[in-house]
Amino acid sequence: MRRASLILIPYLWLLALFLVPFLIVFKISLSDTALSIPPYRPQLDFATGWQEIRDFFGHLDFENFTFLTTDDLYWKAYISSLQIAFFSTIFTLLVGYPIAYGMANAPDHWRPTLMMLVILPFWTSFLIRVYSWIGILSNEGYLNQLLLSIGLISEPLHILNTNTAVYIGIVYTYLPFMILPIYSALERLDTSLLEAAEDLGCSRLTAFWLVTVPLSKNGIIAGCFLVFIPALGEFVIPSLLGGSKTLMIGKVLWEEFFNNRDWPVASAVAVILLLILIVPIILFQRNEQKQREADG
Amino acid sequence: MSEKIFEPWNDPNEKPLIQFQNVTKRFGDFVAIDNQSFDIYAQEFFALLGPSGCGKTTLMRMLAGFEAPTTGEILLAGQNMAPIPPNKRAVNMMFQSYALFPHLSVWENIAFGLKRDKMPKPEIEARVDEMLKLTRLEQFAKRKPHQISGGQRQRVALARSLAKAPKLLLLDEPLGALDAKLRQDTQFELMDIQEKTGTTFVIVTHDQEEAMTVASRVAVMDHGHIVQADTPARIYEMPNSVYVADFIGDVTILKGTASPRDGGYDIHFAEGQPALHAKSDIELSKGAACYLAIRPEKIAISADKPEGVANAVQGKILDIAYLGNISTYHVELPTGQVIKTQTANTRRLSRRSFTWEDQVWLSWTDTAGVLLAG
Ligand SMILES: Nc1ncnc2c1ncn2[C@@H]1O[C@H](COP(=O)(O)OP(=O)(O)OP(=O)(O)O)[C@@H](O)[C@H]1O
Ligand SMILES: [Mg+2]
Repeated sequence: MRRASLILIPYLWLLALFLVPFLIVFKISLSDTALSIPPYRPQLDFATGWQEIRDFFGHLDFENFTFLTTDDLYWKAYISSLQIAFFSTIFTLLVGYPIAYGMANAPDHWRPTLMMLVILPFWTSFLIRVYSWIGILSNEGYLNQLLLSIGLISEPLHILNTNTAVYIGIVYTYLPFMILPIYSALERLDTSLLEAAEDLGCSRLTAFWLVTVPLSKNGIIAGCFLVFIPALGEFVIPSLLGGSKTLMIGKVLWEEFFNNRDWPVASAVAVILLLILIVPIILFQRNEQKQREADG
Repeated sequence: MSEKIFEPWNDPNEKPLIQFQNVTKRFGDFVAIDNQSFDIYAQEFFALLGPSGCGKTTLMRMLAGFEAPTTGEILLAGQNMAPIPPNKRAVNMMFQSYALFPHLSVWENIAFGLKRDKMPKPEIEARVDEMLKLTRLEQFAKRKPHQISGGQRQRVALARSLAKAPKLLLLDEPLGALDAKLRQDTQFELMDIQEKTGTTFVIVTHDQEEAMTVASRVAVMDHGHIVQADTPARIYEMPNSVYVADFIGDVTILKGTASPRDGGYDIHFAEGQPALHAKSDIELSKGAACYLAIRPEKIAISADKPEGVANAVQGKILDIAYLGNISTYHVELPTGQVIKTQTANTRRLSRRSFTWEDQVWLSWTDTAGVLLAG
């Protein structure tokens, strides 16, 4: 009995915080727009009796999803989002791995400080941090001022409002999510394994490829998913740092909701986004599971 | 059959495989190895024995190339090893923690070193299979290290270090985690492998019986010094210091003053006790402080005073330890010293001849004890 209730709590939690909101969004995606509050029909009204409820289900249909296929804006936005999320994950990995490696090999008494420095940005608002990048990247920003003053460039670089700025923003924002799992994998790495590899004829570099990298694989995979999954639906970074050409599904979603007030189409966009994300989320869970099995 | 005795250290024409020349290793101010010079010969089974922290692992790590001597040189086959990185040395080390690669199977672990040598594939396969057979691991080849038992893991580590047929194999407490039976089996397996492959072994152990069983020579260490390096029999029967005598096996050590007599010495060790007599070559002036070390199995115990023996003392039994094959008696002399003696339990279920508080006589010959300078 106690065990059953213990298991029940997380399920109730999931039900309340994930399944119920999802069903509401899914229902809206099957409705039609209307000039009303809220701006869609039909509305479920339990007071009106059985017949009305049957009618309600009769009004639901998949026409919003069909609509998404007719306008190429949507699938282009999905593809472009996947592309941006994919490449920014790779960039984050390229930046994050050396940092995690450096932290794991730092003297013991330095590690808490370094860890602190990685986590510190979380203590200020995400929005403010992204805004401050505007100040750095704009044509009159600090970066251009610096490069101009040391004479490396003669014209200011146009970075803000391009995809480059979006990449910079995503890499910057999600870097800790990449560093922390890789660091935790590298920190647990037994240094005698590297000595053993060298003893058996590896150079330092081969030992890194044959021992360090495979043994931090799970950290790399976890970090990549932790970056890829939120980056795919990212809205704030592309709308603040990106330009008019930056197409990301999060931005499209926002515009449908608040500019067009087309909740049903926006919901359909969100449902598809979720379906796309389910694949990496399941893969991520598999990886975590495998890691737990290997540890246990 | 006239088998040649394996004693290269007594042969002046023999070239040592490894030479430590005034090697000192410091960690900060701490001296881990203190100006040591000694040789290890090809095909030796050289055991390092000593208390925790005396520098055994440090010696090994210097041989493998993970630590460099602070001063002095280590030569391998006459060549200074200092500039050679670990991956270029014909030395393999079996780590105390085994250090098996957790992401590779048993087979791949063993093949790891061979692949680095760019050996052709069929040769690698043949060699790995040979190693698996030698260590009786054939049916575990496909498993990962976490899917096999501790003893099997230990054999994988051994196979992995043996696979490259190194000139020199370093084993750091290789049998530490095994039960007594498996440990003994593996010791014999090790000696077998050593005989078959002709590799030189340096082995670190905390277990002196193990050192005595497997080693051609045992080096007893203390605080960064090798106190004595000799054959197991000589270490046991002819320790060169009280430290070695006390460290290896059971022993009674009596302190006294020496006076020369008949190619040996009389040892006055207590007021009111007859002087003991021991034959010895060492040079001691009259009245010099000395120690007599006697192994318990060399002392006879009897109820009546034995006749015509070099040494006999009387005391009462303080303690008896029954160890199955033997019994150890702790006998206290009237002057307070405790002497240990052993008798073999040759008959089953016989009544013990002596019991607590019995007055007994202990006797031994004049060559039974080792006389050491104080
Ligand atoms: N990297 C190091 N830095 C500082 N001191 C060290 C280092 N490595 C070893 N020591 C010290 O050197 C001494 C010898 O260490 P070593 O590991 O050789 O001992 P050991 O004989 O192998 O002991 P054990 O039997 O416990 O394994 C120890 O006192 C140890 O604290
Ligand atoms: Mg050690």
